[in-house]
Amino acid sequence: MISLTEVTKNYGSKGSADSVQIGPMTVEIAAGGITALVGPNGAGKSTILTMIGRLLGVDSGRIEVAGHDVVNSPSKTIAKILSILRQENHFVTRLTVRQLVGFGRFPHSKGRLTAEDERHISEAIDFLDLAELENRYLDQLSGGQRQRAYVAMVLAQNTDYVLLDEPLNNLDMQHAVQMMQQLRRAADELGRTVLIVLHDINFAAHYSDQILAMKDGVVAEHGPPEQIMRDAVLSRVFNTEVTVIDGPHGPLAVYY
Amino acid sequence: MTTQLDRERGQDPRRAGSPEAVSGRGRGWAPAEHAARPPGVRARRSGAITSRRHGLRYVAVMALLGGLSLFFTLGILGYGNPMPFGSSGYWLIAQMRIKTLLIIGVVAFCQAMATVAFQTATNNRIITPSIMGFESLYIAIQTGAVFFFGIAGVTMLTGLPQFLMQAAAMVLFATILYSWLLSGKFSNIHIMLLVGVVIGGGLGSLSTFMQRVLTPSEFDVLTARLFGNIGNGRAEYLPYAIPIALLAGGVLWWRARRLNVVALGRNTADNLGVNHKREVMFILLLVSVLMAMSTSLVGPMTFLGFLVATLAYQFADTYSHRMLFPMAMLIGYTVLAGAFFIMRHVFYAEGAVTLIIELLGGIVFLIVLMRKGRL
Repeated sequence: MISLTEVTKNYGSKGSADSVQIGPMTVEIAAGGITALVGPNGAGKSTILTMIGRLLGVDSGRIEVAGHDVVNSPSKTIAKILSILRQENHFVTRLTVRQLVGFGRFPHSKGRLTAEDERHISEAIDFLDLAELENRYLDQLSGGQRQRAYVAMVLAQNTDYVLLDEPLNNLDMQHAVQMMQQLRRAADELGRTVLIVLHDINFAAHYSDQILAMKDGVVAEHGPPEQIMRDAVLSRVFNTEVTVIDGPHGPLAVYY
Repeated sequence: MTTQLDRERGQDPRRAGSPEAVSGRGRGWAPAEHAARPPGVRARRSGAITSRRHGLRYVAVMALLGGLSLFFTLGILGYGNPMPFGSSGYWLIAQMRIKTLLIIGVVAFCQAMATVAFQTATNNRIITPSIMGFESLYIAIQTGAVFFFGIAGVTMLTGLPQFLMQAAAMVLFATILYSWLLSGKFSNIHIMLLVGVVIGGGLGSLSTFMQRVLTPSEFDVLTARLFGNIGNGRAEYLPYAIPIALLAGGVLWWRARRLNVVALGRNTADNLGVNHKREVMFILLLVSVLMAMSTSLVGPMTFLGFLVATLAYQFADTYSHRMLFPMAMLIGYTVLAGAFFIMRHVFYAEGAVTLIIELLGGIVFLIVLMRKGRL
C-alpha cells in the first residue's frame, strides 16, 4: 500500500504571487492492480509520482510505500521496493537493450550479474517482446521500442511497486495499446502494483482498476473507473465539457 | 554488426528458462563462455561486451596501444643516448629518463581517470575538468607569485610544503565550488558548469592582466612554468604525487560499478538506489585531487584529457568504467610519450609537448568523430 499523509510541495518562493503549492494531500493507494493518476496540466500528477518515487524531496508530510518511509529510508532499500520511470530518458552512454535492462538488477546485485539476475533480465525482455532486439543499441530503436526497453528495465528491478510517468507519451495507437496491455499483464500475472500517470482518460478508464483524479494540487476524485467516468465528475476535473457515452468496451469520454 | 547479430540470432533457440538462456557466471564485463553450448549459438547474457567482435576489437586496440607505448618507452629510454651502451654514464642518463617516463605515466593516469570520471559525474562528454577553472587557478597562482614577488616568486612556489599547499588550494577551490553549486538551490549540473567556465575565464583574464605588466624576463620565466612541460616536470614531487594519485584512482576503480550507474543520469541512478548527489560530490572530489597532482607536476594540459576520454569512448564503446579507465590511461600514455619522443628527437623542442598534442590530437579527434558521427 502507498500512503501519503499531508504531503506538500511548494514551487516558487512562499507567499509570492507566482508560488504554486501541491497538496496537502492525504491518500491511500491500495496494493495490487493499476492505479491511474489523471488530471489537467499542472495538477501535480508528476510531482506526486516523483515524490513517491523519492526522486523529488517533500516539503512536509509523510510518504510510506509498503510500510517503508520513502523519504528517510536508505535509497538502496527503497530501490528493492519500488521502481520509477520518468518521462525523459536520455543516456550519454551507448547501451544495448539487454545492457539497459541489466542495470535494473543493480539494487540486487550491485553490478555483478548472477545467473539469477540474467534470468530476471531475460524474463523482463521476453515479457515486453524485446527478445529480437535485445542486442540492438538504444539509438537504433524507434521511440516505441525504446519506451518498452525502459519499462523492461524497471520490471527487471523486480519491485512490488512500479511507478511510470506518462509512459504513453509519443507512442502511436498500436504501441500505446500494447504498452497498456503489457502493464495490465504485469499487474495480473506478476502481481505488481502499477501507479501510472496518464493523459488519456479513456486509456485510464479501460486499463486501470482505480483512478486518482487530481486538480490544483489536491485529490479531486479517487475510485474505480465507473465512479469517475461521469459527465459531471470529468467536466469538473478537467474544466472541459465532457460527455460519457457507452462504447463497445466500456464507457468512453467524448470531449471534442 | 546488427546484420551479423541477426544472423546469429536466427540459429538461436533462446528460450527463457532453458539452461542455455542463463549465463553461468556473469562477471559483469567478462564474456561468459559455455563449454557445452553448440557452435554458432549465443547464450543470452548481459555484459559490457556485446559481441565476440566487440571483445576482439577491445583486445586488439589495447594490444596496439600497449605495443606503441612500449615502443615509445624504449625510444625515450634508449634513443640518442650519447654514452656507449653498457657504460655507467649510459645507465645514469637512462635513469634520468626514467623520471620523465614516470611523470608521463602519472600525468596520463591522472588526466585519463579524472576526465572520464568527471564526464560521467556531470553526464556530458564535452566539458572537462580543465575547462572548469582548474588550470586557470593554477595559472593564476603562478602568475600571482611572479606578479607580487618577481622572479623570486617562482622559487617561492617550489618545495614540498608549497606543492602540498598548491594542491590543497586547488582541491579546496573545487570542493567549495562543487558543494556550493550542487547543494544549494541551484542543484543543477549545467549551472555548475556555466559558473565553472565563467570563473575559469575570469581567472584567465586576471592572469593575462598581471602578465601584461610583468617585465620581459619575468614573463619569460613565467611562460616556462605555464606550458605543459614534461621534460622539465617537477620530478622531486613524484614520491608524493604517485601514492596520492594511485589512492584517488584506486577509489574510483573500486567504485567503478557505481560510476556505471551514475553515468545514466540522476533519475535513473536514484531509482536504482545510488544516491546520485552524494556520489557525484565524491567523484568530483577525487577528480580534483587527480587534477591537482597532474597540474602540479607538469602544468596545464588543457586538451589531453578531452582527447584521451573521447578516443577511449570511441574505441571501447562500452558503459563499463573498468574497461574505459585502462584504455583511456593507455591512450594518454601513448599520446604523451609519443609526443614527447617526437618533440625531443625530431623537433628538439621537448618543452612544448602540449603543442603537438593539441595539433595532432585535434586532427585525430576530428577524424574519429567525423567517421563515427557521435560523441
